[in-house]
Amino acid sequence: MTALTEFGIDRYIEAFTAFENSAVGSKLPWLRQLRSCAFDQFSHAGFPTARREDWRFTNLSAISQTPFELPVQAEPLSPSQIEDFPVSDKASRLVFLNGRFVPRLSSAAVLRDGITASNLADHLLQDRAAIQTHLGRYLDVGRDPFCALNTAFFEDGAYVHIEKGKTLEQPIYLQFISAGAGRPTMNHPRNLIVLEPSSRATVIEDYVSIDGYETLCNSATELFVGEDAVVSHYRIERERPRAFSMCTLRIQQARNTTVSSHSVLLGGRLVRNNVHPVLAGSGAECVINGLFAGGGAQHLDNYMLVEHAAAHCASRQFYNGILGDRAHGVFHGRIIVHKDAQQTDAKQTNRNLLLSDDAQIDTKPQLEILADDVKCTHGATIGQIDEDALFYLRSRGIDEVAAREFLLLAFAGECLERMSEEPVRTAVGALVEAHVAAVHKGQLVRRAPSAEATPSCEAVR
Amino acid sequence: MSLLEVRNLHVRVGTREILKGVNLRVNAGEVHSVMGPNGSGKSTLAQVLARRESYEVNEGSISFDGKDLLQMKPEEAACQGLFLAFQYPVEIPGISNAYFLRSALNALRKYRGEEEIDAVDFLPFLREKARLLDMDEKLMNRSVNESFSGGEKKRNEILQMAALEPRLAILDETDSGLDIDALRVVARGVNTMRSPKRAMVLVTHYQRLLNYIVPDFVHVLVDGRIVRSGGPELAMELEEKGYSALEGAGAAVVT
Repeated sequence: MTALTEFGIDRYIEAFTAFENSAVGSKLPWLRQLRSCAFDQFSHAGFPTARREDWRFTNLSAISQTPFELPVQAEPLSPSQIEDFPVSDKASRLVFLNGRFVPRLSSAAVLRDGITASNLADHLLQDRAAIQTHLGRYLDVGRDPFCALNTAFFEDGAYVHIEKGKTLEQPIYLQFISAGAGRPTMNHPRNLIVLEPSSRATVIEDYVSIDGYETLCNSATELFVGEDAVVSHYRIERERPRAFSMCTLRIQQARNTTVSSHSVLLGGRLVRNNVHPVLAGSGAECVINGLFAGGGAQHLDNYMLVEHAAAHCASRQFYNGILGDRAHGVFHGRIIVHKDAQQTDAKQTNRNLLLSDDAQIDTKPQLEILADDVKCTHGATIGQIDEDALFYLRSRGIDEVAAREFLLLAFAGECLERMSEEPVRTAVGALVEAHVAAVHKGQLVRRAPSAEATPSCEAVR
Repeated sequence: MSLLEVRNLHVRVGTREILKGVNLRVNAGEVHSVMGPNGSGKSTLAQVLARRESYEVNEGSISFDGKDLLQMKPEEAACQGLFLAFQYPVEIPGISNAYFLRSALNALRKYRGEEEIDAVDFLPFLREKARLLDMDEKLMNRSVNESFSGGEKKRNEILQMAALEPRLAILDETDSGLDIDALRVVARGVNTMRSPKRAMVLVTHYQRLLNYIVPDFVHVLVDGRIVRSGGPELAMELEEKGYSALEGAGAAVVT
């Protein structure tokens, strides 16, 4: 096991040695150093095992034992291979294939002065000061080896910059496509979103894949929110059944900022969703909203780390999970209230519906409170479909299958209701509806339980 | 043939027998009231009629429009024209009231082989029904019953009844938790629904509702049996003397 893992690390060392010299910005000393420090962290730590508290419920051996390679060159892709997502023609749409910008499939809207929505690689050389100020400053490569791997290997990603006082009228839509071609590949999109004081924006990250070989999309986004700025961030993950998807959103909030983060995990084989806001200025508020819905043998892991680093901040976490078949969900909700973060108001809610006996959820709140005048609450529920509600719907003529689906969508709808941007919500809602219906349907056609009941190991323990 | 015919109905919940031989016959166009003290089995009767599966029927029969109601699933009973206004309407966060009601209406329409109603045509239809019950239109876009007041929930039940136009409506304690103004509004909604083709069964503890919705027949349910039946005057008598005068008379089944 160890040998295999170390063999794996050797492969990464080899890849990095070649990559380091050829990568975009390899001539920039600060960037070169950022990458190599991050890689040292990764090669030192390796892929985490379940012995690490942060990874207790997620087995990464499928990732550590797959010989992922960096993509060689962008395969030609036709517009029809791009997943549809209805945003306005006036919105900027940036498409990345295996972590590289594809101008041909992108449409940058005419943006007002002071608003930039482009790809990071182009700006690394032009816009150095602004990028150097923020890039790599917030992401903790020591804590998370995947963040280290991303920092070491990123080639491109989105760069969004909103100048002071500017408002982005239309959302910026980013699509990240992973495509394996004859062998397992990995890509590491890196996004930097900077909102200067009093600006406003909505950014959508949409992760998709083209079926074929195993792919690993290991993305990271640093979102800096200047004083009084307001931002909504969406992450949609709807990758193919063989895809691995690791994603980190690191949010840095200054005074009086308002952030909403919405994550919707639908596809993929093994998915990890890290959301890590740091409320670093007083009066900052964030809503961390999410939905994860899985069937088959999907593994959907959500790791929240909400850090209250300043006084008078408020955070709200709401995550709902729907798990059918043999799917496994994780919600790890960590809240850290630093010593000076008095008058913190933090709330965490995780609700889960299990549709089968084999579906599993691990939900774990973890509160670390170092200040003495705070209000922190957490609650988790695990349940099945409410029989009273089911009867209520059926008594109105809605058949049982439809009624169950109805209630699943209602449960998912709680998360959709918190999304305040239209038409984004409607578009996300349509994706959620189709996927939840499929999970439910998969549940229905699933083999009938065998007659001779064998107690599972879990039950015996 | 009666629209509803309950014969010698015995119902258990767990090991406890709740209904011990109920007989009830309701014809189209009639309004019946089933009254009784707490724990007499009124709500059980209502739930069994709406085909709640957690109640075990161990004896007796129920025919609804000549068909065996006990063979029907709840949704089939609804599609056949049976409606239960719940004593405790269920909150369903995440689904708007309007969407829920349109889905229910379309389920019934589909069953009857009629065309489904789209959102555009449904809206004016719903508005008109809501006006009848003095309901704020904003409630239509809110999640079903979520953070509705007690009175709003009950009105919402009657709104559903008005939209679904059942042939047999069972109103379970619709008056409970209503103030006098809300009671009037609800009663007005119910009264406009009275028709020679439709029957109603009002399940209630108090006579109060019957001042506003005057029934044709009143039945008194005590300890799982109907111990007396009569006209509206029976309700007045109960109001005066209370149920205690009738308790212990359980054996004397009057039909």
